[in-house]
Amino acid sequence: MMKTVFKRTPTLKDCPTHYCPGCGHGIAHRLIAEIIDELDIRDRTIGIAPVGCAVLAYDYLDVDMVEVAHGRPPAVATGMKRTNPDKIIFSYQGDGDLASIGAAEILHAGHRGEQITVVFINNAVYGMTGGQMAPTTMLDQVTATTPKGRSAAEQGYPLQVSELLATLPGTIYIERCALSSVAQIRKTKKAIKHAFDLQLEGADGMSMVEVLSPCPTYWRMSPTKAMEWLENNMTKVFPLGRLKG
Amino acid sequence: MCGNEALAESAIIAGCDAYFGYPITPQNEVPAYMSRRMPEEGRVFVQSESELAAINMVFGASATGKRAMTSSSSPGISLMQEGISYLSGAELPAVVVNVMRGGPGLGNIAPSQADYFQATRGGGHGDYRTIVLGPSSVQELVDCMPLAFDLADQYRMTVMVLADGILGQMMEPVVLEKKKGRELPPKDWALTGAAGRKQNIVRSLWLPEGALEELNNKLLDKYKQVEKSEVLCEEYEVDDADIVVVAYGVAARIVRGAVSRAREEGIKAGWIRPITLWPFPTGQISRAADEFRIFLVVEMSNGQMVEDVRLAVTGKAPVLFYGRPGGGVPTVDEILDQIRQLTLRPKT
Repeated sequence: MMKTVFKRTPTLKDCPTHYCPGCGHGIAHRLIAEIIDELDIRDRTIGIAPVGCAVLAYDYLDVDMVEVAHGRPPAVATGMKRTNPDKIIFSYQGDGDLASIGAAEILHAGHRGEQITVVFINNAVYGMTGGQMAPTTMLDQVTATTPKGRSAAEQGYPLQVSELLATLPGTIYIERCALSSVAQIRKTKKAIKHAFDLQLEGADGMSMVEVLSPCPTYWRMSPTKAMEWLENNMTKVFPLGRLKG
Repeated sequence: MCGNEALAESAIIAGCDAYFGYPITPQNEVPAYMSRRMPEEGRVFVQSESELAAINMVFGASATGKRAMTSSSSPGISLMQEGISYLSGAELPAVVVNVMRGGPGLGNIAPSQADYFQATRGGGHGDYRTIVLGPSSVQELVDCMPLAFDLADQYRMTVMVLADGILGQMMEPVVLEKKKGRELPPKDWALTGAAGRKQNIVRSLWLPEGALEELNNKLLDKYKQVEKSEVLCEEYEVDDADIVVVAYGVAARIVRGAVSRAREEGIKAGWIRPITLWPFPTGQISRAADEFRIFLVVEMSNGQMVEDVRLAVTGKAPVLFYGRPGGGVPTVDEILDQIRQLTLRPKT
């Protein structure tokens, strides 16, 4: 007797992936799809894809989705949620999108306490454009635009956006998670689900889950090595855990 | 009412669901008015952190099928160009009011028509058009708003209402009434949550070979339709005129006075006033140039619309220009002098 122990969740489309081997986006997409199905909110959810590797997130997530200008998802989400308070609005943003070009938009959406859910994928590089330095790039990390490694004197320290946003009265829940192991992936799912739950309850403010995610291609590592590097190095600068709420 | 408040109330009557904006002179009466009136109507007002955010809030509301607008003035409109390009690529309706001031840079806060190029040439990156309306009185500004929302929804385009500091600040009596709008197509593309249907996607990225070319050509067909159906233009005593003065917006009001005085002096003068700046009344101006007459273009800039007039005249007649940039406003006397000189009338 055969028994199905693992299957595709309906909101995740049945299609080949464009992501690199060992990339974290596929896992994060799946977690969001599972949460949407478990909460049974597909028919009232609108997702916002960023500019970056996840620009085609709508090719994988079978919900109404929009793709917007680089860094602007929190402003677009504001326009959507204010005019549609009954809908569940989430943005999915990378570190270049959220922490660099869209720093003003995420800060002010949090500051205004917009009732939206933000999934922030931090992989410490710009993946789509060829592995350039991101605001979250680690010190000494070699990227396409820091050939000698990031130096604090030249390029500043890695930007801790979650810590920054947690200081705002308008944010109600901020947690940092990682996709570095099965246990951490489970914790990540729990955190993202909580962020959706808060919006469903109509909680008064913005929720964000920062997800440390591997980029083996531009970290120049094997997928396994990338998971280890994430767990051993990235979490030192970006400590895991609940920062607020 | 002042123009800024009148356009805001007219937008509310036209069914504007949401207003997003950032303070900038000389249009500050718009957000101030909206901050009071929109909540009274149970609608949305948000003061954004920047013009970039404002236009993207419009993008978000519009993507869900709502009628959304923003207003700003020249430097702020420059910041919105990114968003207008994305709105155009994603074929989302939007209404943007530009109460123009002097530029470039921070310029000044005096009335100007220096953003004509930016408004009519798209302004942002990529192959796209926006419909541009150039009202010349507060009443016409009021009448532009429901038309702008209807055009935006009908063609899924950005419609820009190009006013200036005078029109925004000027007080004139207006009639504000709900008129029957156009029959509009259903917004079956809107993001409303995929209840009982396939997912909707609003996007402007088309990577596969030929996909973007296909979108560009689809947009072109739409723009051709707009050019065919939506040109608005007013003209006065052109038939027997030796000289035709072309102007839009506030400049056209001053031109009207100068042309009337020229007629009193026995000069055969007339005027043409484009109301839609894109689509431009190329046909009307071209027809007027079929008989030899002088064209004088008057603008509150150093010459922008004059290029469109030349393109319409195609060398059939001389096209001359008189303008005052940087917040300068031409007077009736200045324009009359130009008319006299060009028609070889001695100074009186």
